[in-house]
Amino acid sequence: MLTIKNLKANVEGKEILKGINLEVKAGEVHAIMGPNGSGKSTLASVLAGKSGYEVTGGEVIFEGKNLLDFSPEDRAREGIFLAFQYPVEIPGVSTTNFMKTSINEIRKYKGLEPLSSVEFLKMMKAKAKFVDLDMSMTSRAVNVGFSGGEKKRNEIFQLAMLEPKLSILDETDSGLDIDALRIVSDGVNKIKNSDNAFIVITHYQRLLNYIVPDYVHVLSDGQIVTSGGKELAYKLEEMGYDWVNSINNDKL
Amino acid sequence: MAENSENEEMLEQLVEGEYKYGFTDDFELDTLPKGLSENTVKFISKKKEEPDFMFEWRLKAYKHWLTLQEPDWANIKHPPINYQDIIYYSAPKNAKKLNSLDELDPEIKKTYDKLGIPLVEQNFLAGVAVDAVMDSVSVATTYKEKLNDLGIIFCSISEAIQFHPELIKKYLGSVVPPQDNYFAALNSAVFSDGSFVYIPKGVRCPMELSTYFRINAANTGQFERTLIIADEGAYVSYLEGCTAPMRDENQLHAAIVELIALDNAEIKYSTVQNWYPGDKEGKGGIYNFVTKRGICYKNAKISWTQVETGSAITWKYPSCILRGDNSIGEFYSVAMTNNYQQADTGTKMIHLGKDTKSRIVSKGISAGFSQNSYRGLVKVSKNAENARNYSQCDSLLMGDKCGAHTFPYFDVNNNSATIEHEATTSKISEEIMFYCNQRGISQEDAVALIVNGYAKEVLNKLPMEFAVEAQKLLAISLEGSVG
Repeated sequence: MLTIKNLKANVEGKEILKGINLEVKAGEVHAIMGPNGSGKSTLASVLAGKSGYEVTGGEVIFEGKNLLDFSPEDRAREGIFLAFQYPVEIPGVSTTNFMKTSINEIRKYKGLEPLSSVEFLKMMKAKAKFVDLDMSMTSRAVNVGFSGGEKKRNEIFQLAMLEPKLSILDETDSGLDIDALRIVSDGVNKIKNSDNAFIVITHYQRLLNYIVPDYVHVLSDGQIVTSGGKELAYKLEEMGYDWVNSINNDKL
Repeated sequence: MAENSENEEMLEQLVEGEYKYGFTDDFELDTLPKGLSENTVKFISKKKEEPDFMFEWRLKAYKHWLTLQEPDWANIKHPPINYQDIIYYSAPKNAKKLNSLDELDPEIKKTYDKLGIPLVEQNFLAGVAVDAVMDSVSVATTYKEKLNDLGIIFCSISEAIQFHPELIKKYLGSVVPPQDNYFAALNSAVFSDGSFVYIPKGVRCPMELSTYFRINAANTGQFERTLIIADEGAYVSYLEGCTAPMRDENQLHAAIVELIALDNAEIKYSTVQNWYPGDKEGKGGIYNFVTKRGICYKNAKISWTQVETGSAITWKYPSCILRGDNSIGEFYSVAMTNNYQQADTGTKMIHLGKDTKSRIVSKGISAGFSQNSYRGLVKVSKNAENARNYSQCDSLLMGDKCGAHTFPYFDVNNNSATIEHEATTSKISEEIMFYCNQRGISQEDAVALIVNGYAKEVLNKLPMEFAVEAQKLLAISLEGSVG
């Protein structure tokens, strides 16, 4: 589904991604772990098409298409979803209104008719259950006055609504307590199937107890220095990021 | 100057001619030559077949205007207006009547469709001959019948002057006297069209009144004069303007709107204004200098709701004089400026009676190189016990070349008053735009979503069909402003 070949990117003139290689197939969950500054969020931003990031080399092929050629909204319409680390507030715009606009624009791109209000509401009710979301939340302005946990749940709710092919979860677990973590993870697990894929970016192994990865990649100083199965996450937790730096240094 | 005296002569002849031969309908002269003098005022009054008292009233206003100087305190810049270079009267447009909407310029039709204007109204706006449109004739007729049955008077101001002089004598100029300000004096001298509404005691007008239904509307808009009277216990909701872009060869629009809400009455006055705003370089465009004011008697209520997106310059302060005890005044406004437009708008709430309440919600949106100012006055007089005011003025900046300014004034002379004021300034951040983009929402739709969310509180006050059109209008007005 996704092939990243030697991806290099700068932010404000500084090289952050120094040659990322990654292959994600449908039905897979890939975890990306690494210390602060390793480039985890940069990778997420570059894949989503955020401005301010300059790709200086490499390529990203998504479903056979050159992803870097697409605008952020077209990448979303092609099926890429980013669950933000710090979801922004949009005053005056209800989640309902926001989701309706979003879904219908994506459908239009695919040549589908917009959802009727009735169909849309039905869908909202069904998906809200995935993350234990109270329907009254959907008439509130997007993320305005939401607690950290509520914001992250809202991200997964949107994920459930938009049914993307590839979802990138950018430190979705940061700032969550055990209960919120469980709700969010349950949601993801319900959505996970053999046709979609997930890239889960996290600092901590704990999330990976709930969202079990097929592959774990360790990012250090802009490159993936080692990959493995889910046991790699335990090893990382045990050994700490200094161990990662030593692998990196060995490579150099 | 030679041209002026020629014009004067022509006018003299015309006017004298009238006196000599009496009134006739076949006036070859449909449009006055440029210039303003006593004869202009005389001509207009004669043309409208007004009783003498009206002509005298106009003349007095004109003479007063001559003693005044144009005010320049607003946060507005414009080249000096040459008052002699304006045509003060032109007959109802005998523009080429279309036989159907198919004959309409497709660009214009596209705009009407984009705005969601109902077909019946499109016909009216496009000037499709009324008898060619069954719908609009039957709709208007049923409308008129209903109003007649209830004793509601809804006609042009000219008809009111002719057929209801006692109401005109009593109320015209009672809220905005000709001496009020420079443009009020001018308007009082030369107004030639506008609406008159009278709702009898205890009657609730069953439908929204709008100029659209005054099929005989001249639609000049240049110096409009509107007078609305809600007698004791009455209710009326009036809609002014439309979302369709309106052009006019006359640049200066100095209208006056007077509202009178007698005891226990309520008037809702909604405006959607989309006059030609000038081109992208700021050339041309309408100057919309308006005086709007309402007076509330005991337990009465007046609410002003406006969505202003057009005009090169918008200068208006719809206000309420809260004279009666327990009276309420409200002002809800969305004023949008783009390119080189300027707006200096707001309201005045004058608390005179006891237990009066006022509420001000002003949402400014600035884009391009425009300047958008809110100017508000909350005045509580010495004897106004227990006055309450809530004011909220918000500014949304789209880009870094535009300006938003706030000039709130509070003149409180009674210490039992409660005054609350909030103000916010914000811009559409890149983060919000990216968040929307990442959900598949295009740049323009994201802006429309955000702006509508921002303006929602005001748009909700408009009658529903108007609200839907206004929403679309906001989105269209912002096209090209994000980049």
